[in-house]
Amino acid sequence: MSQLRAEITRLLTVFQSAGAVRVEADILQPADVLLDLYGEDIRARAYVTSDPLRGEQMLRPDFTVPVVQSHMAESAEPARYTYAGPVFRYQDNDNGRAAQSEQVGYEVFDRGQADAIEAEIFALFHQILMPLGVTASTGDVGLLVAAIEGLTTSDARKAALRRHIWRPSRFQALLARFSQPVRAKALGAGGQQIGLRDASDVELRLLQLVDEAAAPPIPQFEIEALNDLLEVKGHLPEALAQLQALAWRLPAIAFAVDHMAARLAALTSAGVDVSQIGFEAAYGLTAMEYYDGFVFGFYAQHAGWPAVASGGRYDALTRVLGQGRDVPAVGGIIRPEFTLRLSEGDLS
Amino acid sequence: MIKLGVPSKGRLMQETFDWFSARNVHLSKSGSDREYVGRVDGVADVELVLLSAGEIPRELAAGRLHMGVTGTDLVHEKLTNWSDAVEPVAEMGFGFADLIIAVPACWRDVTCLHDLDAVAARFRAQHGFRLRVATKYHRLVRQFMKAQGVADYQLVDSQGATEGAVKNETAEAIADITSTGATIEANHLRILQDGLVLKSQATLWHSKVAEGDCRALIAKIGAGS
Repeated sequence: MSQLRAEITRLLTVFQSAGAVRVEADILQPADVLLDLYGEDIRARAYVTSDPLRGEQMLRPDFTVPVVQSHMAESAEPARYTYAGPVFRYQDNDNGRAAQSEQVGYEVFDRGQADAIEAEIFALFHQILMPLGVTASTGDVGLLVAAIEGLTTSDARKAALRRHIWRPSRFQALLARFSQPVRAKALGAGGQQIGLRDASDVELRLLQLVDEAAAPPIPQFEIEALNDLLEVKGHLPEALAQLQALAWRLPAIAFAVDHMAARLAALTSAGVDVSQIGFEAAYGLTAMEYYDGFVFGFYAQHAGWPAVASGGRYDALTRVLGQGRDVPAVGGIIRPEFTLRLSEGDLS
Repeated sequence: MIKLGVPSKGRLMQETFDWFSARNVHLSKSGSDREYVGRVDGVADVELVLLSAGEIPRELAAGRLHMGVTGTDLVHEKLTNWSDAVEPVAEMGFGFADLIIAVPACWRDVTCLHDLDAVAARFRAQHGFRLRVATKYHRLVRQFMKAQGVADYQLVDSQGATEGAVKNETAEAIADITSTGATIEANHLRILQDGLVLKSQATLWHSKVAEGDCRALIAKIGAGS
């Protein structure tokens, strides 16, 4: 235990030396904020408890939400924070993961140049973790967001696709639906007006369904290019070359690809050997988190372990929590129990 | 001694007794009608335990019952990784119930889960909170919605009279069990075409956890492998 405390202190010191201020967060968090943010799925992952006065509370499933909230309340920028403590994950399946585990994190709220900030954070994590013999994977959700924006289709369809980026099978089902002519829909029989959804909204959507039925399918070559984008995979320099080639077929991603190229250059100047870093366009899409740009994870060669560290950009989350305000945010966490085991050579 | 758990009340108890009788195992309540003590005739070393159908999955998984009669819905809802804890011995052919998702019939534009998901997104944008689905089957419904890719909803707990939740404006949709659909219809609701979460019926289960030899009972009722 004292070794774990020492490892946590070591990591905190690294982040503090990088300019971060240590912050704290309550273990007990109001459930409504987390539920509104993450949806019903969080209940399958977080311990929910309640008391008669405060109602539903959750044992902190991560630090991101309380750290963003306290930043938005005080908001001197740019800001760099670090924190450490236990998080709690309810295990619906017996997958051998611990219900309580430690995290040490680093979060940066900075309106400066996005690629440089992403590179700075990744380089810092890389410097801490690479001596432990882990491998790094990266992705960029921004590429997919940009590709959706460029599709030849209605805003409603783009919004539906964007909404399901983090649910790959539903995303593919929608893409399949939008790639064919719409079949006429047999409507429900109707009945007495009940409930909070009023009749005018039903009428409005019926009109929209008529528009939808007239919508032309998304052209096949665009669907193919989008699926080719999701297949891009390789070490960073090759992946970038693949994406630059793909940008001829998907001009909408050109800006996101340039952003990635700038990040690669910044990583190289920060001393990261990018030829050893993996990239997958679909990386990070199954996470529930609101990551909407650059994402990364560091993995030990050991089946059954979670990522030793993970993180990414989550601008959208600050928009939801900020009630009208937002701030560019990038951060990540390290699992000190696993860095400690790696440094001791314990792969059990 | 093998402990056999059977629902303690009503039609489910009577139909269970009849099902065993037809296989020459006679279950009965001993003592007064109000007393939850039972007796077993026709097979040796079996003790009858009368308890709520909702508690039978937990008792089987804990190994305090060797065998038990309860619905598929309750086993799947209440036990995580249920197949590690119990195995079905016989489907009993009564207590049929489907766990379904239903929406107000006046939602003429919503006939399938794709529509429900689309309406959930606009409902959240308009009302500032997630579309509420009333149910007591939290795990089953959450897993189903996740697998089907429905987002922007929330579950609200409803332990009874769930079909009335929409009219009472405590929910926008429901997930509940139904056998004929009559109560659903009477409450101005309509089942989604692809809204079948689970088909359930009364089932005899064997605990994989309890220590004890159930072979005599299983052989007597002519089930098992």
